[in-house]
Amino acid sequence: MEKAVDLDSVKVIVFQLGEKEYAIPVNQVQGIEKAMHITRVPKTPSYVKGVINLRGVVTPIIDLRDRFNVKSTVENDDTRIIIISLDDMEVGFIVDAANDVMDIPTSSIEPQPEVVGSFEEEFISGVAKTDKRLLILLNLEKVLHTLK
Amino acid sequence: MDTNQYLEVFIDESKEHLQSCNENLLALEQNPHDLAIVNEIFRNAHTLKGMSATMGFEDLADLTHKMENVLDGIRNEKITVTPEILDVVFESVDHLEAMIDDISGGGDGKRDVTSTVQKLKMIENGEEIVQASDAKEEVQESGASSNDALQFDEFELTVLQQSREQGFHTYEITVMLRADCLLKAARVYMVFDILEKLGDVVKSSPSVDKLEEEQFDQEFHVAFITKEPINDLQSKLMKVSEVERITITPIDESKANEEAAATTVEETAEVVSKDEKTTKETPVQKAANSVPNNKVTEKKSAQGSKTIRVNIERLDILMNLFEELVIDRGRLQSIAGELNHGELNETVERMARISGDLQNIILTMRMVPVETVFNRFPKMVRQLARDLHKKVNLEIIGAETELDRTVIDEIGDPLVHLIRNALDHGVEDPEVRKKAGKIEQGNIVLRAYHSGNHVFIELEDDGAGINRERVLEKAIAKGIVTAEAAESMSDQQVNELILSSGFSTASVISDISGRGVGLDVVKSTIESLGGNITIESVEGKGSLFSIQLPLTLSIISVMLVEIEKEIYAIPLSSIIETSIIRNSDIMNAHNQKVIDFRGKVVPLLFLDEFFEVPRPEPKHDEFHSVVLVRKGEKMAGLVVDSFIGQQEIVLKSLGNYLTNVFAISGATILGNGQVALIVDCNSLIK
Repeated sequence: MEKAVDLDSVKVIVFQLGEKEYAIPVNQVQGIEKAMHITRVPKTPSYVKGVINLRGVVTPIIDLRDRFNVKSTVENDDTRIIIISLDDMEVGFIVDAANDVMDIPTSSIEPQPEVVGSFEEEFISGVAKTDKRLLILLNLEKVLHTLK
Repeated sequence: MDTNQYLEVFIDESKEHLQSCNENLLALEQNPHDLAIVNEIFRNAHTLKGMSATMGFEDLADLTHKMENVLDGIRNEKITVTPEILDVVFESVDHLEAMIDDISGGGDGKRDVTSTVQKLKMIENGEEIVQASDAKEEVQESGASSNDALQFDEFELTVLQQSREQGFHTYEITVMLRADCLLKAARVYMVFDILEKLGDVVKSSPSVDKLEEEQFDQEFHVAFITKEPINDLQSKLMKVSEVERITITPIDESKANEEAAATTVEETAEVVSKDEKTTKETPVQKAANSVPNNKVTEKKSAQGSKTIRVNIERLDILMNLFEELVIDRGRLQSIAGELNHGELNETVERMARISGDLQNIILTMRMVPVETVFNRFPKMVRQLARDLHKKVNLEIIGAETELDRTVIDEIGDPLVHLIRNALDHGVEDPEVRKKAGKIEQGNIVLRAYHSGNHVFIELEDDGAGINRERVLEKAIAKGIVTAEAAESMSDQQVNELILSSGFSTASVISDISGRGVGLDVVKSTIESLGGNITIESVEGKGSLFSIQLPLTLSIISVMLVEIEKEIYAIPLSSIIETSIIRNSDIMNAHNQKVIDFRGKVVPLLFLDEFFEVPRPEPKHDEFHSVVLVRKGEKMAGLVVDSFIGQQEIVLKSLGNYLTNVFAISGATILGNGQVALIVDCNSLIK
């Protein structure tokens, strides 16, 4: 996330998990897919939902709702898989909805507020307030690496 | 200049040149007087030097340069080839290889080579003739630049004469570049490129190095052997841009002879050397022999230019795209089947056929000859044999046999282990061999061939073979087998004991093998590749290690099985058979459910429990479907819900995120676009 601090504004993808809105820098996102058949992989943590066939590449899927202890909503038409790519890894996140792409001014990003204070705290790199919306910026390195 | 884009090509080509150096050095050791080989090595080293200097790898260029000096000495007969000298040259080639490896790994190719450089220098300066001959060269060079016309030495004259006798024309070609020519070296290269396609360049003035460095005005001369008539030659050469004029004249033999005589006189006058005259005879004869040889290599390189380099990643991408096509083809076929439209059916059928052909082509594109692995062995064997003071000859058969790239990458280390083992434990010391009535030199044959859907790689030696009693004694002592079991073992089974872990029969532990870790690693690597290894041995006569490998790892045959709604793939290579058992056939032994399978007690593994497959309601069936799988001698029965059938599938990894999932070796994409997991039977059986 150092990059985000260097720039005046950062383009992010905003998605929804339960009631909260989260954001990932757009350069880490490979694409957004509709929900598709997931093959369960046994002997993996519960938040690893399994793998999908993403245009010929077998891609693991993580359920962020499960990961952050957000109350699981039932899958519906809004459910999306956000494919992110980090350090040669391609991983998909299941989210309740992928809302939009927006520019957040760097000045509006605040580091780690106490307010959030929930389980996902360690995965958060900052919080941005825009137009009365509260966006939680995710630290993908942490989200992926602590899983190992 | 940004050289990054060329780095890959540089690394590939450097490796080729070094490999060729290695091969030729080995050949040179067999024929120390064959100057054609030295010339070949020199050419390789020279190209490598040029390339590395261009790419800015100074250390690499520097060491190559030093090596080149020694080769030059050999070429000019100032240095006599001895195994000791070759050792040093081999050592430098080793260093060069290490540097290239470093560069390809992202390093800067720096390496401490002082001792090797010193040795090279010692060889180079080892004889006093060196300086005298250097003087000679200088004289000749200055002579050449003052007088532009070509002068030939005895060696070159013989070549010219020989070619004329064989019906070739010999020409002297004078190329005049335009005064405003910007890329002289490039034009020179283009001219030489054309010439080399049409015939052989014998000599050029100024020398090729100088031409490459643009150390000439506008004009250069080339002596050329060809079958093409002058006119054709002229018009072809004029196609090179920025060439002002091409003059082609047949080389006048008598005049050339005179000149040669003159140079010989000049040489003898300049060089005060005693044995020069006696050695003179040999190069002439060698030159005569080398002419047809050159022709052969020439042809080879012409064929080689019909291939292009493709990054393996691109082939992987191509493969991926193709797989998607296959999946869509499956869908299309089912849609066409539903619609039952004549023309559509026909088109879909044709498409299916074409994509089948396409699949074959893509798969064969990934095939690489085993040569890429084998070609490092001659040098290794030579070195090991010297270290062990044994005499060994390595024979390689079938190096052109092709295997999938993924298998090739894995097979190198096991083979190294086996060859080391054969040299260390197989082939005996020369005295022992003599006593046994064998010739002193041991023979190791490395053979590769196709058979059915498999590739066999065999390593045969004519050494001591395997001593049954000693192996059994050791195995019993190490607790690998019991004394009772040992009694009833077949020779084959005894032989295979040497592949079990913790087994080492050598009483003295050597550097080369004998830590008792080598051969069991070989076995496990080969089994993980879906192959197997067998050993035949006759005591006193030698051993034969035979490795059977699948042609490709990316496409394997599997048995698809279903557990509730989930589909798993079990590699056919692990399956012995499938069977249906009754509930009453299942027995209990220490909390482990087992069945009696043809007199053997086989443990059962319920995959639904093991993989924690969610079931809406527990299953109570009278009959169970069982897949019997094996790992070596051990067996297990995997209980599944139902068998779907056998299928060829494309192996995929689970990606970098999900590494080491227990009992899953990978995944594949089924015809309906869904992912199925591949069961790793090796980790299921302990």
